[in-house]
Amino acid sequence: MSTAFYNEMYDSDAGLRPHYRAFAEWLAGTPAERLERKRAEADTAFHRVGITFAVYGEEAGTERLIPFDIIPRIIPAAEWAQLEAGLRQRVQALNAFLHDIYHEQAILKAGCVPAEQVLNNAQFRREMIGVDVPSGIYAHIAGVDIVRAGAGESYVLEDNLRVPSGVSYMIEDRKMMMRLFPELFSRHMIAPVQHYPDLLLDNLRTVAPKGVANPTVVLLTPGAYNSAYFEHTFLAQQMGIELVEGRDLFVRDETVFMRTTQGPQRVDVIYRRLDDDFLDPLVFNKDSMLGVPGLLSAYRAGHVTLANAIGTGVADDKSVYPYVPEMIRFYLGEEPQLNNVPTWMLRKPEDLRYVLAHLPELVVKEVHGAGGYGMLVGPAASRAEIEAFRARIIAAPEKYIAQPTLALSNCPTFVDSGIAPRHLDLRPFVLSGKRGVGMVPGGLTRVALRAGSLVVNSSQGGGTKDTWVLEN
Amino acid sequence: MLSRTADHLYWLARYTERAENLARLLDVSYQMSLVPQSIAAQNENWRAILALNSLESAFAGSYPAVNVDNVLRFMVADATNPSSIYSCLRAARENAHAVRGTLTAEMWESINATWIEVRQQTFEQILARGISEFFDWVKLRSAVTRGVTFGTMLKDDALHFIRLGGLLERGDNTARILDMQYHILRQSDDEGASDFYRWGALLRSLSAFQVYRKVYRDAITPARVAELLILRMDLPRSLHACADGIVRMLQLIANDASAETQRQAGVLHARLHFARIDDVLAGGLHEYLTDFMDRIYELGDGISRDFLIAA
Repeated sequence: MSTAFYNEMYDSDAGLRPHYRAFAEWLAGTPAERLERKRAEADTAFHRVGITFAVYGEEAGTERLIPFDIIPRIIPAAEWAQLEAGLRQRVQALNAFLHDIYHEQAILKAGCVPAEQVLNNAQFRREMIGVDVPSGIYAHIAGVDIVRAGAGESYVLEDNLRVPSGVSYMIEDRKMMMRLFPELFSRHMIAPVQHYPDLLLDNLRTVAPKGVANPTVVLLTPGAYNSAYFEHTFLAQQMGIELVEGRDLFVRDETVFMRTTQGPQRVDVIYRRLDDDFLDPLVFNKDSMLGVPGLLSAYRAGHVTLANAIGTGVADDKSVYPYVPEMIRFYLGEEPQLNNVPTWMLRKPEDLRYVLAHLPELVVKEVHGAGGYGMLVGPAASRAEIEAFRARIIAAPEKYIAQPTLALSNCPTFVDSGIAPRHLDLRPFVLSGKRGVGMVPGGLTRVALRAGSLVVNSSQGGGTKDTWVLEN
Repeated sequence: MLSRTADHLYWLARYTERAENLARLLDVSYQMSLVPQSIAAQNENWRAILALNSLESAFAGSYPAVNVDNVLRFMVADATNPSSIYSCLRAARENAHAVRGTLTAEMWESINATWIEVRQQTFEQILARGISEFFDWVKLRSAVTRGVTFGTMLKDDALHFIRLGGLLERGDNTARILDMQYHILRQSDDEGASDFYRWGALLRSLSAFQVYRKVYRDAITPARVAELLILRMDLPRSLHACADGIVRMLQLIANDASAETQRQAGVLHARLHFARIDDVLAGGLHEYLTDFMDRIYELGDGISRDFLIAA
């Protein structure tokens, strides 16, 4: 076992970490064929239930399973308490930042964040300037990616404030684990996560437009061919709300209605899983068939709430990410509790020079990229790949940032050859509403199944694990 | 409920029912083709199946000749034929997928499992196992889906739209099967034992053979077969039973725009409720069934307009 990486289960002397002791005992005492049978059972169940995701770039409608690993990722109570406090702080600051840049722009005037980085950003939506949103909340749902590196310290990799996905896998993984190995849940005190949809609905109801006593909440999906469609149906069903497409909605008198078998019905809160660009063809992408003409006018009039708000992308942009610690100091007057990954911004000539000289050691990402597409992992790339990427960087350096290749922690995982360490990350889902910031303990653990791979995205062959936050 | 959701539910039910009735139709045709007859007469019957679904030219585009093998392949497993069993099961699954959040988990799993299984079989594999076994499987899967639908779904509009779609499709399909077989049987000049098998096969294909015995306790005659399948209120696949269900479902989902559609359904129901089989046959069974199918088509149009693409 490589000692260069932090292992979630074993310490550097290959001794068990205390929070994995009970699990390891159970694993040692469970016959291999039972584990094998249970793994097959999980596969069949996921397939039959249709917990799949669509893969872009393959034949339309191709659906794949996200591999599920039966070895959980376990987080001790004290460690989670720290993470949770750090996440609350971070998301609070990000919401304050969004309110600020669409109103007074105090942080730009103070020079803490370069104004041109924000105002010239494609994700900065002028349409939102001066618009007041309920409770000043912009990012109602944040999917903050956290990795552990080096000797075990945690870093925030990305904030994901637009339409973060994956929470359905968090819940389904837990359901599956409880079904396969109920005995594990009597041996551990594991914090429950299945109430996430209730918490989400409760939050969404608190941000309804003023004067709406019993708001109608809907989930807006791009449709059945979206990669996260399963999750959209899952969440709508769990919350007991309508799953709508753009064509189900229309705007009249700056008010949003849905078409029902009993005539038009007013809609107050839209949990949208559709990017800004597609929301309203009258304002954004003119060719979008997915949105609702006139939606922005209803939104600006305050007659409907969008979650997340329009224009949050400017705060999770990779070029603005380096300034989040500054935001925390500026708005909250606190020191950041979660680390940022050191980031080179290639629009700066000295950063560009350094990065071009060190490409084989670094990770380079597109500023607007997501999902593990369009990135270079230097240590894993061939010479030709590096040179091809170098040309792309030189052509448009402002489109890229670079970070050191983090020695991501790993965790024992079932692979073809048996149990082997694989790298992982963690995506907690942080909810913000009128009553503050909340979350269910843990989140989605994603694991890179290829040996040595650092890319955990499901579109790049990543799998998932159940995430246990221990209560003792 | 959302109009689009209602639309998917309605069509998911129609396609599920259509796949089942297609299996019933093909099964009875296949059974009948086993009765001794000339090859030409046999192929004529297979041609009639294509004509029934207005598929002659689509078929001619891909197959050189009308015979049992080619028509079965085209109607069972051909993905390019939108009316094949394969395509109906795919369409049912696609509609279910679009509204899976509205379905119970059991319902979705049943529909999805049917699709996964049919997708994995080639026509050769189906033949190797026996085509009748495949038809039985299609009927069984339809029964399972219907069972979990009734057994698990809340009795709200979602269920009403599913039932409405199923009833409309079933009424249409029963009429089609009867129309076609009646036509073939009336043409055959031999009045002997083979007729018994043919009428028997027709009744079996609509799960009505034992019912016939129970109700009439007498020899099988064309007039009684027609009476049973058209006018008997208590036979679940009869036209009367379907019309009765359609009227009830429309009452449950009625809205401000649906009065005319409800009236038309009421007329259709009354025409069946107060009819005598002698009058039906005197006016021509084919004419009667064609009129019925036209009215069902009109009803489908009205339902779409009033509920499914409402503004």
